[in-house]
Amino acid sequence: MRTLALLLVLFVGLVSPAAAQEDRPAEAPEKLEIGISTDEIAISSDFRGADLTIFGAIEGYDPALLAQRKYDIVVALEGPKDNNTVRIKERVFGIWVNRRSMTFELVPESYSLSSTRDVETIADPAVLNGVGVGIQHIRLTPVGFVGDGSNLTEFRDAFRRLKESGGFYQRDPGGVQFISASLFKATVKLPANVPNGTHIVRAHLFRDGVFISEKALPLRVMKTGIEQMISTAAYDHSLAYGAFSVFLAALTGWLASVVFRKD
Amino acid sequence: MTVYLPIAELSVNIFIILGMGAAVGFLSGMFGVGGGFLITPLLIFYNIPPVVAVATGANQVVASSMSGALSHFRRGTLDVKLGTVLLFGGLAGATVGIWIFALLRSVGQLDLVISLLYVVLLGTVGTLMLLESIRAMRRSASNQPVSLRRPGQHNWVHRLPLKMRFKKSKIYLSVIPVIGLGFGIGILTSVMGVGGGFIMVPAMIYLLRIPTNVVVGTSLFQIIFVTAYTTVVQATTNYSVDIVLAFILMVAGVIGAQYGVRVGQKLRGEQLRALLALLVLAVGARLAVDLVVTPDDVYSVISEGVYR
Repeated sequence: MRTLALLLVLFVGLVSPAAAQEDRPAEAPEKLEIGISTDEIAISSDFRGADLTIFGAIEGYDPALLAQRKYDIVVALEGPKDNNTVRIKERVFGIWVNRRSMTFELVPESYSLSSTRDVETIADPAVLNGVGVGIQHIRLTPVGFVGDGSNLTEFRDAFRRLKESGGFYQRDPGGVQFISASLFKATVKLPANVPNGTHIVRAHLFRDGVFISEKALPLRVMKTGIEQMISTAAYDHSLAYGAFSVFLAALTGWLASVVFRKD
Repeated sequence: MTVYLPIAELSVNIFIILGMGAAVGFLSGMFGVGGGFLITPLLIFYNIPPVVAVATGANQVVASSMSGALSHFRRGTLDVKLGTVLLFGGLAGATVGIWIFALLRSVGQLDLVISLLYVVLLGTVGTLMLLESIRAMRRSASNQPVSLRRPGQHNWVHRLPLKMRFKKSKIYLSVIPVIGLGFGIGILTSVMGVGGGFIMVPAMIYLLRIPTNVVVGTSLFQIIFVTAYTTVVQATTNYSVDIVLAFILMVAGVIGAQYGVRVGQKLRGEQLRALLALLVLAVGARLAVDLVVTPDDVYSVISEGVYR
């Protein structure tokens, strides 16, 4: 019976690390509160990027630790998640061909990070990996069989580099500033090509390199304007959209043959 | 002035797209070709994703073939019965082509195959046209009479069964090669975004011995329906038809074509064909170079869009 109970505890611990993490703030007195002025942003097609400001406060903080600047805050804006495939080209008979590929399961399309200082210096890589915060520490789980996994690092690095160079993944060490003792302001960048959908604002509190608590808020990004309407129609009413494209082309062709008729 | 393309998901300069459409329209009017085989590579050069370039190219060809086919219909140089038989093959081919397209896309080889097919096709057609026009220029320089192959001659094609009478074309022909030709071109329409007139017209004249006067109109007639079908199927399976891009291209294209026709009537045929051949070869060469040159980044990442 004791073994069973122990197994059960182990099992719970294994399957729900999230639950285990949520237990921790109960021990630590500190809590994080954040707020954004809106839970929905409408952006037009000429959007060239913007800053999103998030206000927050540490509750139940230790004044002595705060004075020593032992608290660190990392705020991330995670875009909608999707499977992403990284491919590598190799030369085959002189031609560059996509050869090997790896698909990562449900990674955010965009990721904008803002922190009190460089995330890498806030906590140990193991801690950051556990929380999954920081461009270098986002969970990149390959889908399917990956062999001995020796090329996992290669594909993960390529993925992060491409996302960063494409402007989808951004970081701003110093983007989180304390405006009073425990009140802070975080500025995260919305990239120009911000994906449509539900984003999550996730704030993490670290105390002296230890992860304390996390707070998340949803943020809906809605693209507006004629271009978005067309895009929505193309995906949601694809048959009507296709038929209309053909109709428009046929009409253009017919008009041209009438207008420029020679006889 | 920039315009955002909702499906290609990028901003482009509207004047460059208008210029592209007008230039290709001009050439298509001048040479009597659809222009799909030039539009798609040009769009790829301008960083439009090949998936979108192919599907949008097919949509644009609907407009150009429509205006062409209508004027042939008015002149009575269109064999509807022959076109309908071609169309049966064309629709079947386009269906198979879409399936190949989706398969290639899922394994990440679509861009490569599109480029390779264009290099082979443009290289072959360009070389044949260039050689033919040089021969014609030599002949006219030495004042030799131009010897056309007589369309009355028979070859193996005319021994096939399932013959059918096409009154307008004044020809008695097996439907097997007709459907087969339509099928092959249909695949190209789906995979490459071309109407295929530049292959169909010579094949109909030299292989099927169909009288020259009905060939262009009939091929345009079936191209309308195959490209229309391809556009709808691309829109529903790959969501890759960019209506904004297609509309800019087709408006510029049909206007450009009118001026092309006028200029084409004033220039000499063989010199014109040599020019087109050189252009076709240049586009093919550029695509070939892109395949061989070391890319800036050997890695690429795409979102699967499963949860879109």
